[in-house]
Amino acid sequence: MQQLISLLVENKPGALMRVAGVLTSRGYNIESLTVAKTLDPTLSIMTIVADVGGQGRDLLIKQISRLVNVIKVVDLTDSHAVRRELALIKVVVDGGQRSAVLAEARVFRAKVVDSSPRSFTLEVTGSEQKLDALVSLLHSYGPVEMVRSGTMAMARAKHNKLPVPVYSEAALSDA
Amino acid sequence: MPKLTGAQILIESLAREGVEAIFGYPGGVTLPVYDVLYDHPLRHVLVRHEQNAAFAAQGFARATGQAGVCMATSGPGATNLTTGLVDALLDSIPVVAITGQVPQSLIGRDAFQEADTFGISRAATKHNYLVKSVGELAQTIHEAFFIATSGRPGPVLVDITKDVLLDGAAYDPEKRMDPLRGYRLTTAPDEDEVERAVEFLWNAERPYIYAGGGVISSGASEELVRFSELLEAPLAHTLMGIGGMPTGHPNFISMLGMHGSYAANMGITHCDALVGLGVRFDDRVTGRLDKFAPEAKVLHVDIDPAEINKNRRADLGIVGDAKAVLGRLNDRLAATRQTLGRRRRPERLAWLRRIMDLKRDHPFHYEASSQDIKPQHLMESLDRILGGEAAVTVDVGQHQMWAAQYLRFNRPRLWQSSSGLGSMGFGVPAAVGAAVAGRDRPVVAIVGDGGFMMSIPELATIATNQLPVKIIVMNNTTLGMVRQWQELFYQERYSEVAITSFPDASLLAGSFGLSGGSVARPEDLEDALRHAFEEPGPYLLNVQVTPKECVYPMVPAGGAVNEMILQPEARKAEAVAGD
Repeated sequence: MQQLISLLVENKPGALMRVAGVLTSRGYNIESLTVAKTLDPTLSIMTIVADVGGQGRDLLIKQISRLVNVIKVVDLTDSHAVRRELALIKVVVDGGQRSAVLAEARVFRAKVVDSSPRSFTLEVTGSEQKLDALVSLLHSYGPVEMVRSGTMAMARAKHNKLPVPVYSEAALSDA
Repeated sequence: MPKLTGAQILIESLAREGVEAIFGYPGGVTLPVYDVLYDHPLRHVLVRHEQNAAFAAQGFARATGQAGVCMATSGPGATNLTTGLVDALLDSIPVVAITGQVPQSLIGRDAFQEADTFGISRAATKHNYLVKSVGELAQTIHEAFFIATSGRPGPVLVDITKDVLLDGAAYDPEKRMDPLRGYRLTTAPDEDEVERAVEFLWNAERPYIYAGGGVISSGASEELVRFSELLEAPLAHTLMGIGGMPTGHPNFISMLGMHGSYAANMGITHCDALVGLGVRFDDRVTGRLDKFAPEAKVLHVDIDPAEINKNRRADLGIVGDAKAVLGRLNDRLAATRQTLGRRRRPERLAWLRRIMDLKRDHPFHYEASSQDIKPQHLMESLDRILGGEAAVTVDVGQHQMWAAQYLRFNRPRLWQSSSGLGSMGFGVPAAVGAAVAGRDRPVVAIVGDGGFMMSIPELATIATNQLPVKIIVMNNTTLGMVRQWQELFYQERYSEVAITSFPDASLLAGSFGLSGGSVARPEDLEDALRHAFEEPGPYLLNVQVTPKECVYPMVPAGGAVNEMILQPEARKAEAVAGD
């Protein structure tokens, strides 16, 4: 099953390798992985979606948790979390179909970020399902190219939160 | 503040960590370090292969509890360390490995002796570092020792580029290590959990203690013995737990698992309260997991939270250092006994008597021979000489199991075995490390003929340093454990297990300037052993034993631990070929 894990890690060389190593050495496939620094630039947050057997979930969390660079891990699979993914989608379309594509984009709240006589490039954020739906819809107008960011997730208030640095004057001046 | 080179900072930092010896092998990029060592008081022991540097560092660590240190150059030097590091990882042994790396300007260009040591050692260590700035070096070395020796111990590798070793920086010998942000340690147990555990133990009718390496590494032997006495419970140990309780203690029922004692394996099958202390419910212990301790509720104590519920679900799990947890449990058990008296005393005593009857009626057993030296006979004879007080390192295979079954140990940190990884070639270099550690005890390496052939280069290290190591080769002219499985599970098709062309021990030892000899007849064994131990300094004794002997009892891989093969006659019954 797909497990959604959020991690607060030290922003150090090798941290990503170690976390990925726990997954790959067990033969789990990483479906998506995003990582970027937090308000405290010495720390990063990773969001991982991986295909893990149901029995291995707790053990996986504990084994990632014991890595020296990992400050906190939370399993968001079953919890209330905001999940978003960003996609850039290029659809090849010309002539009379162009206005129809723009109408579809409006329905999905996608922004046009580039345009040429024979194509549009759209930027869209949303759940994985929403992105899948838009891609399959656009595909009916013409060939589609896509780049996706992978899932980012943030726990809702009072659920499984990471002890992430919060916005403050001090954090800003340190950065 | 004095300005030092990276190489000087490295050696000063090692000295500050109290390092007694580095086991190493020099090379191109570590030249700056060896130049510092040339006239530095820190001892360096030149091994003859980097793999043995890692094993010797383990030998030192297992004997002392301090981190063992090994050093190798970049490329092949570093990759040769890998087996010894994975070995230390599986057995939770504190080792700090220092490797040189090509200069940063050459990294990624396939330079001479360049290897991705940082990447390769990721899966071989508890943690690893690539040092790219001399300013980070001292902090990194201190972090490495802290991580290696704290919590669940393990190997830590520090890869240092040559330019860092040559670069200079101010060095403050007083500076303390900055704290680590992501490294959490739980050593003291949660009091609520202790309370629940005491209630659980209080109500047990048939308690059973299963103790492992965590008891040794936390130095909890005294607490363990007291715990067993307070609980009036039999105690079995794993291969890593040998020495945790003195062999002669009345509650002691020896090793459990694949080649464990009858009493230990039957006891665990029928107990109702199983206490696992610093153990990981390894497959060689549990056999078939769903038939392991089927009547028991489990209390599992381990310092690594990832061990709780990993293999066997624990009804109660306590994360903490075995010494701290046992200390709390003992205090609470003693207080409970004082106020409430002893609970279920008749049931407990009947249970203990039942297990002790099994221990008495089913000791480790073999058919003696007047023709050949039986391996078990060798172990019994050795045991009479060692008396439970010698440091014993073993290799991997049949001799390892017989040594575990037949030798007595009065204290922890005497027995050393590559238990989790099962690395052949461990015994002799580990003895090198134990001998360098010294601590006023004789050091004996008991090895098979196969493993000894992997270790012959270290005879040079032993000779050069005049390390008083007695090497006893249990020579059955075969890779005995593989042969045993071929006999039992592969229709006696003995494929590639004959160890032919074994050198003459006396000539081999002599060529290194060492003493040595051989013995093949049972009536000569005692004298040969006495001679080996009376001779001052190192000695190599080749003991020719019968090749056709199997280790019993045996739980076939994947079998239930109470379904042991006890004797040669019954050995084909219900044999299952497995891993």
